[in-house]
Amino acid sequence: MGTVTVQELDSVVIRFAGDSGDGMQLTGERFGNVSGILGNDIATFPDFPAEIRAPAGTTYGVSAYQVQIADYDVTTPGDTLDVLVAMNPAALKVHLPDVVRGGIVIVNTDGFTQHNLDRAGYTSNPLEDGTLQGYRVYRIPMTTLTLEAVKEVEGIGKKEAERSKNFFALGVVSWLFGRNPEVTEEWIRQKFRSSPAVMEANLKAFRAGYHYGETAEIFEAVYRVKPARLEPGLYRNITGNQAMALGLVAAAHQARLTLYYASYPITPASDLLHELARLKNFGVKTFQAEDEIAAAGAALGASYGGALGVTGTSGPGLDLKQETIGLAVMLELPLVVIDNQRGGPSTGLPTKSEQTDLLTALFGRHGEAPLPVIAAYSPAHCFWAALEAVRIALKYRTPLILLSDGYIANASEPFRIPSLDELPEIAVSFASEPNRDGEFWPYLRDPETLARPWVLPGTPGLEHRVGGLEKDERGRVSYDFANHDRMVKTRAEKVRRIARDIPPARLDADGGAELLVVSWGSTWGSVAAAVRRLRERGVRMAWTHLVHLNPLPPNLGEVVKSFPKVVVPENNLGQLLKVIRAEYLVDAKGVNSVEGRPFRASDLEEAFLEVLGERAAEGAR
Amino acid sequence: MADQVTKPAVQLSRKDFASEVEPRWCPGCGDYPILAAVQSVLPELGIPRENFVFVSGIGCSSRFPYYMNTYGVHGIHGRAPTLATGIATARPDLQVWVATGDGDALSIGGNHFIHAMRRNVNIRIILFNNRIYGLTKGQYSPTSELGKITKSSPFGVIDRPFNPVSLALGAEATFVARTVDFDRQHMTEVLRRAAHHKGTAFVEVLQNCVVFNEGAYDFLTPRAGGLAYQIRLEHGKPVRFGPKGEKGIVIRGGRAEVVDVEEVGEENLYVHDETLEDPSVHFALSRLTPDGAGPTALGVFRAVRKPTYDELMHSQIAAAQEKLGPGDLERLLRSGETWKVE
Repeated sequence: MGTVTVQELDSVVIRFAGDSGDGMQLTGERFGNVSGILGNDIATFPDFPAEIRAPAGTTYGVSAYQVQIADYDVTTPGDTLDVLVAMNPAALKVHLPDVVRGGIVIVNTDGFTQHNLDRAGYTSNPLEDGTLQGYRVYRIPMTTLTLEAVKEVEGIGKKEAERSKNFFALGVVSWLFGRNPEVTEEWIRQKFRSSPAVMEANLKAFRAGYHYGETAEIFEAVYRVKPARLEPGLYRNITGNQAMALGLVAAAHQARLTLYYASYPITPASDLLHELARLKNFGVKTFQAEDEIAAAGAALGASYGGALGVTGTSGPGLDLKQETIGLAVMLELPLVVIDNQRGGPSTGLPTKSEQTDLLTALFGRHGEAPLPVIAAYSPAHCFWAALEAVRIALKYRTPLILLSDGYIANASEPFRIPSLDELPEIAVSFASEPNRDGEFWPYLRDPETLARPWVLPGTPGLEHRVGGLEKDERGRVSYDFANHDRMVKTRAEKVRRIARDIPPARLDADGGAELLVVSWGSTWGSVAAAVRRLRERGVRMAWTHLVHLNPLPPNLGEVVKSFPKVVVPENNLGQLLKVIRAEYLVDAKGVNSVEGRPFRASDLEEAFLEVLGERAAEGAR
Repeated sequence: MADQVTKPAVQLSRKDFASEVEPRWCPGCGDYPILAAVQSVLPELGIPRENFVFVSGIGCSSRFPYYMNTYGVHGIHGRAPTLATGIATARPDLQVWVATGDGDALSIGGNHFIHAMRRNVNIRIILFNNRIYGLTKGQYSPTSELGKITKSSPFGVIDRPFNPVSLALGAEATFVARTVDFDRQHMTEVLRRAAHHKGTAFVEVLQNCVVFNEGAYDFLTPRAGGLAYQIRLEHGKPVRFGPKGEKGIVIRGGRAEVVDVEEVGEENLYVHDETLEDPSVHFALSRLTPDGAGPTALGVFRAVRKPTYDELMHSQIAAAQEKLGPGDLERLLRSGETWKVE
C-alpha cells in the first residue's frame, strides 16, 4: 500500500471548469464556503459566459469558478492555478495555460470523447499526446463513477444522475484538501430538501468522490491549509451583491426609513433585486420596472414620498438613468444609484468586469450636475459602502452613485458580521414647520450642509412644488441669470462640502517610499497583493485606496504631492488617472487593463517596478 | 358635550387649490378650463389638501402642478408615471394625479404610460390631447392626423396616429374616459368619477391649442355645429346621439356601428356597460371614427374595480410579516452558514 504524505501549504488556488450546465459555479462556491467555515481566508472569482446554456463542449461555453484559500488574509483569487479540475476538453483547453508547471490537473476522462475533443478543437487527445507533461495529472472517470454511485437512488434517470458529477468532483477535491465532508453533506441536505431524490444522488456522488480519493491510491499527497488569523468574530461567506443588499437593509434600519428598491433586470445587478425581493417581512418594497428609466423614476418618486429610494443597474442602465439622476440633482432629494460595472461600451461583456463607468458617474449628465460618487472595493466591503452611500445621500439630499463591479458583485469572501451597535447612526429629519416668516421655502438650506429641507407630502401647510426647472429659494421657477448662477454654484458647493464629512485618505507608506499607488474599487485586492509582494522583495511602497471618488478626501492632494512617482492602476484606460492629474497637477502614470477580469497581482508587481525603474533611469542620466 | 364635539373638517374651496403662481398658458388655451375643473372637483372629495400630489412631465400641460396649491413635482419628459408610481406605492395615503400631454404620454413616455395602466397603479392620469406639440412650437404629435401639415411635416404627416382611449383600453386600464375642454359640466363629472376610482384612472381631454392647432375639435363643438357627433356614454343606457337622438350604436361582430334608431329599433341598441371585464366593446366604441372628424364617444368607457398595485404590494408585505414576523436585522445578518473566529 502506498503512503500518502501530508503537505502544508499557506495558500492554494483551485479552479473548477466545465460546461456552463455542469454546475461548476455551485461546486466552486461550495468549496470556497467550506474552506471559509473551516477557518481559511478565501477569495473567489466566478467566470461564466453570458449564455445560460452555451452549446455543450465548446470553449466559449466553459464556465469556471476559482477559489484561493489561505492561512493569511488573502485579497485576490490568485494569479495562477495550483489545481485545475477540468470536466471536458474545452475546459482543459481554456484553462490549462493558467496552471503552474507541476500543478495538479484533475480531469473527468469520461468527458474526453471524440466529439468533445473535436468541439474543443483538439486534433489529438491531450490526455495522451504529451500536452499534460510537466503537470501532475489525475485521470478519473467521474461520470462513470457517479452513475455507479447513484444507480440505486430511486426516481433519478441517467441524465439526472450524470448531473451529480460535479458533486463527485467536489468530493475528490474536498478529500485532497482535507475538507470536513460533514459540512458539505449537511449543506446538500438543506439545499435539496425539496427534492429528496436529487439530494440523495448528490450526497452519494459527493461521498463517492471523497472515498475515491482515499481508496483509489492515485494521489501521492494530500494538502492542508491552516486556518487564517482573521479578526475574531462571527463570519459568513458573502458575495458583493448579497453584502450590498444587506447593507441597504441595514441602512434603512438605521435611518428608520422604508427601503424602496426599483430596478430592471440586468447582469450583473439582478441579484440585488432577487435578494431584496425576498425581504418583504422587513417592509422592503421592491419594484421591477418596465425599464431602467422607470426604475430610476420610481425610486426618486419613493424618495419624494419619504422612503429610501434606491435603484441598481449596470453600465447600459446607468446611461438610461442619467436624465432622472439629473432631475434628482435639481430636486435635491436622496437617491442611491448602484452601478455594478461590466465590460462596455454598449452591451460589451455582460458577465465580465471593468471599472469603466467612473467618468460617466462623475460627469455623465448634461448641465452642471455634480453628485457624490463612492466605490466598494471587495465583496464584504459592499455592505459598508451601501451604508456610507445611504448616509451621504440622506444627509445631503442628493443622488449618489455607488460603484461596484461584476467581479466583486459575484465573488465571495468571509464577512465578519457586525453587531448592530457597530453600524453608523443615520439620522433623518423631515421638515414640519414653515421655515421663513410663516412660509415654507423648499430651497432654503441648512447653512452647514447646504441640504434643503425634506418634506413628507401630507404635511399640512408645507405644500410646495419642485421640478426640473431652475428655482429660487422660495421654490418659484426662476429664469433670472444671477439666481441660476448662484444655484449652480451652491449645488456644486454642497457636494464639495461632503469632503468635510468623510475620512481622510489612508496612507499606507514605508519610510522613503518613492512610489505611491492610488487605487479605487475592486483593484484593491490585486494592489494589496502586489504591494505586499514588493515589500517582501524589499521595495519600499506607498499606497492609498480611495472609497470616496467625489468629493475626493481633503488630504489627497497633499498625499499625492508627497511622492516623486504616482501610479494609478485601473481596469479602464485611465479614468481616475485623469481626475488625479487634473485635480492635483501631478504627473501620475496609469497601469491599465480591460481584460474583463481583475489584475493579476504579479502583473501589477512588474508594472509598479517598471514605473520605479523609469525613475531610476531618469536619475542616472 | 365637549368631548363629543369634533372639529369639523376644514371646508376647502376651489381657491384653496390655486397656487400663488399665475398660469402662463396662452389666452384661450384649453388648459385653463381643465385647471378650473380639477380645482373645483378636489374640494368635494373630503381629502385634506396636503394629501394631493400632482406630477407631470414636460410640455404645456405639464406646467399644471405649479398652478395647484398642493404637493407637486414637475418631472422630466414622459416620465411622470414613473415618479407617480414611486410616490403612490411608497405612500398609499396620498392621492396622486398625473398631468400629461399627447407627446409626453404617448410618444416619449409611451412605455411608462401603458405599464402604469397594466399594473393598475393608484394614480389618475389626465391626458391633455391637443394633437400637436405646443411648447416646442408646432410639430406634429403622435395623435396628429395623417396628412396634417405642421412645421415638421411640411408635406403632411405620414405617421398613423394613436387613439389614446383605444391604447388605454388595450393596456386594460381599469378606468378609461374621454371628455372635452369646452364642456365644463361633462369634464367635471368625468374628473369626479376619476377622482373616486381606485386604480389607474385615465382621462383623455380633447383640448384646443389656440396657437398651433386651433379648431382641432370643431367637429364636436357646439359653436361649430358639432353636437351631432357627440356620443354621450351613460352606464345602463342605450347609446343614442344626434340632435334628436335619432342615431344609435349597435355592436356587430365585435365592431361598433352607427345606425338609425328608427331602422333597428331602440331595443337593439348597445346598452352601455362600463363594468364589462373584457374591454373589447369599449375598444370598439373608442374608435368609431378612426381617421378624423366624425361621431365620437365621450364619457366613461370602462370602470372596473381590480386590486391596485400598491394594495397587492402591501398585502404581500403584510402576509410576509404575519408569517415571519417583522424583520430582525441581527438575525438576517447572521443567517446562512456562519462560523466563529476566536
